[in-house]
Amino acid sequence: MSAGWRVTADRGTAPVLRFSGVGRVYPSGEATVVALDDVTLEVAAGELVAVMGQSGSGKSTLLAIGGGLDTPSSGQVLVEGTPLGGLNPSALARLRRDRIGYVFQDFNLVSGLTAAENVALPRELAGMSVRAARREALVALREVGLVDEVDRFPDQLSGGQQQRVAVARAVIGERRLLLADEPTGALDSSTGQAILDLIRARVDAGAAGVLVTHEARFASWADRIVFLRDGRMVDSTGDRDWAEQLLEEAS
Amino acid sequence: MTVKFGLLALFVDGPKYGYQLCTEFEARTGGTWPVNVGQVYTTLERLDRDGLVAAEGTNADGRTMYAITDTGRAALDTWFATPVADSDRPRNELAIKLLTAATTPGVDVTAVVQRQRTESMRLMRDYTSLRREADRSDDVAGVLLLDGLVFALEGEIRWLDHVETTVLRRGGRLKPVARPRRAGRLSATTNRSSAS
Repeated sequence: MSAGWRVTADRGTAPVLRFSGVGRVYPSGEATVVALDDVTLEVAAGELVAVMGQSGSGKSTLLAIGGGLDTPSSGQVLVEGTPLGGLNPSALARLRRDRIGYVFQDFNLVSGLTAAENVALPRELAGMSVRAARREALVALREVGLVDEVDRFPDQLSGGQQQRVAVARAVIGERRLLLADEPTGALDSSTGQAILDLIRARVDAGAAGVLVTHEARFASWADRIVFLRDGRMVDSTGDRDWAEQLLEEAS
Repeated sequence: MTVKFGLLALFVDGPKYGYQLCTEFEARTGGTWPVNVGQVYTTLERLDRDGLVAAEGTNADGRTMYAITDTGRAALDTWFATPVADSDRPRNELAIKLLTAATTPGVDVTAVVQRQRTESMRLMRDYTSLRREADRSDDVAGVLLLDGLVFALEGEIRWLDHVETTVLRRGGRLKPVARPRRAGRLSATTNRSSAS
């Protein structure tokens, strides 16, 4: 009965990001700190998952491990079916560059490069010609609403514009995994909302997204919200599926 | 009370028949507050009985049309001119539940808070999604209504975080403190009006 009523798209593919029993322990003097503890999580194409939790709950560690910037102490992480643990450093760097886009709270743009050069950089590093990379970068920048600012340097742009550049850089090319760590943290509310709109649009167009935020309003843009406490996933809102929910309530 | 005046306000721009009120009421409240036909007709009867609206003939389809009276207009003006008092709001069940949990031995307050947080976020996610739809169709009233619901939930979630932190800092439970019953009675609705 329920299958015909599903509102969420039947994605029918393997998750873009998969955490399987992931743990992360840091040494701290004589003791150890458990940053993540047995986290299992899947994020499908077309799905935005928000991760909430107090500071120190493991949100950023989760994102860093998902993006191959940090290594789990236990468990496995797969990006589009590829176990990150099995990759040598150069293969991991290539996968990060070609498949994963990041957006950070403090934008992390290269200050000596223009907006267009910042966005084109991952494509040039992947071997694309400067001219072709710029062409792609201009398309990506136009998508985030930047046309006249493409040849400006980061310090000539507002915070909101810099974050738009960062989003364009995160989504350029074939990247299907978008990881955002407090992307609205340094922005006012309406600019933050505009950035979320861009991330949401990219996910709706088929990317998988993970959004770390402590702001409920921005987390509510996600399809699913998971909660971390002391490194453990303590709860989740579950998938959005209104029709099924209504049927359940009616029965 | 609110439905009564919400429906009465619909007559300001012209006479209406019963069923029309259902769709217009829902349109004005962004579709988040469905009323059933029975409720609308009962309310309409009361508005008629109290002289706030009056029947004025039938339309081409033979439906009875009602129009707002001078008494109705005055009542509506008074309603708009009167701020919502705390005593008009329902008691805050969440506040009662959480504070009871925090003072009852053997109850895991953190778990109670987390369940509520998840539920509130689920609701907020659904409101946000509806808001985006309303925004796309340029339904400004709907957007504002949903903004209100989202702001309220934001406040609730902030308060949940605050309760959790405070209770944990005190070892997971609060000690009930007896208050004098008369002086500065606080209801769960933060009763400003009764304090004055």
